Amino acid sequence: MMSSFWSIWITVLTIVVIAGCFILLFVVSKNTTGVEEGKSMGHSFDGIEEINNPLPKWWSYMFYITIIFGVVYLAAYPGLGNFKGFLGWSSANQSIGTDKGIKEDSAAAVALAAKEQRWVQYDQEVEKANAKYSPIFEAYLATPLEELVKNEEALKVGGRLFLQNCAQCHGSDARGSKGFPNLTDGDWLYGGDLATIKTTIMNGRNGMMPPKGGLPIEDSELKGLAEYVVKLSGRDHDEALAAQGQASFMKGCFACHGMDGTGNKFMGAPNLTDNTWLYGGSRGVIQESIKNGRSGVMPAWKDVLGEEKVHVIAAYVYSLSNK
Amino acid sequence: MKFNHEIVEKNIGLLGIFTVIAISIGGLVQITPLLFQKDTTEPVNGLRPYSALELEGRDIYIREGCVGCHSQMIRPLRAETERYGHYSVAGESVWDHPFLWGSKRTGPDLARVGGRYSDKWHEVHLLDPRAVVPQSNMPAFPWLAENVLDGELTAKKMEVFRGFGVPYSQEDIDNAKKAVEGKTEMQALIAYLQSLGHALK
Repeated sequence: MMSSFWSIWITVLTIVVIAGCFILLFVVSKNTTGVEEGKSMGHSFDGIEEINNPLPKWWSYMFYITIIFGVVYLAAYPGLGNFKGFLGWSSANQSIGTDKGIKEDSAAAVALAAKEQRWVQYDQEVEKANAKYSPIFEAYLATPLEELVKNEEALKVGGRLFLQNCAQCHGSDARGSKGFPNLTDGDWLYGGDLATIKTTIMNGRNGMMPPKGGLPIEDSELKGLAEYVVKLSGRDHDEALAAQGQASFMKGCFACHGMDGTGNKFMGAPNLTDNTWLYGGSRGVIQESIKNGRSGVMPAWKDVLGEEKVHVIAAYVYSLSNK
Repeated sequence: MKFNHEIVEKNIGLLGIFTVIAISIGGLVQITPLLFQKDTTEPVNGLRPYSALELEGRDIYIREGCVGCHSQMIRPLRAETERYGHYSVAGESVWDHPFLWGSKRTGPDLARVGGRYSDKWHEVHLLDPRAVVPQSNMPAFPWLAENVLDGELTAKKMEVFRGFGVPYSQEDIDNAKKAVEGKTEMQALIAYLQSLGHALK
């Protein structure tokens, strides 16, 4: 709703212009030149003469009809400032669908909106959708995750929500890519039980490996450390080099990754002994990871999707590695 | 003198004046009132101006033509708000000059992309979109990671925006160069993307 000044501004300008068009058309339709119709106006150049011809009738009538249409339209529909038009039509009040069933629903929605003095089409659309879908999601939310993972229909819903919101990082097959965890391999940074998966999706996670673990490790030690990590994962390695690496490891890496290198799920410190690699398991990449640190971020979805959807997605993600 | 066509036809200046009046009417009726409406001129609660780095990122967004394929305008339709979040409101764009609403969605809407993905994801995605979204047809922007900003013009840009009514403090402007210098275009663009939609979720 605009102030009455601007409402009057719009109304006056519009009416003046329409009236002006009418007057102009009316005036120029009269022959005021003093020259008889069809006769020369007295200008001629290179044998081309200006003849006093009247405006074509079809053209003038079209102009008059346009003016009449404009006036009727502005009376019937909103257009002149705050004037709502005698039909009371509003774009916010349009029915959502055109088929009969939806029209009837919409009439109820419109009646409700009118009662609450709320006339926004979007609200009606959302209200209608909520009436249909909220009970479904509420029922899912009321179902413990342990039960929900057995509900085929819920898993299908979760799968669609996953494709919509999670596949950009974790991939449409949920196998992830470099730096974005594979959710199908049964290996979990923060834990793979139902409650933990849900917590991870709700609140997000922030990886926190600083460069060189924030420890006094020299660049010259990286090679040995990487060799020790290779040893931990049970691959062929150079024993002497790995022994040097183990000494470096004892400078503090164990605080997060554990004395035996099996990691710590509370901190999201990965298990180094299982030969599953988020960023790659080659010696080069391991050195890079140690040197520059890694801090993968999982965004929080609580506010974006709401708990009821996260609940369903958590069940789906769990089902990927627990067939 | 009798008023007739001849006066207007023979005075080019007068013809010009009448022409300007005639073509101004539409704008005066449809555009001028909007410049004085609260709905379209007041910032929404929680809106903050772009930081120096985000502002540079915005310029890179403009330079690379992101707006050609990405809109920043969520319409009030449930199908859109389910996917992108709350519909866009005019008060979110009052400090955007020019606004980047766009009109083409080859890629998804970005009005609320901030916080949706990690910085790392944006980096991987901008370097090679196929690395994370195999079916994407977005071009790669590898040079963003190589080009380093010098921040020479950042303070000037912020001053210009202050002239448009964006509430930058003198401190913001004095620190602009320091905040931007040495950062890559990639960092600036990601900072900008992460700021999108911060006022309304």
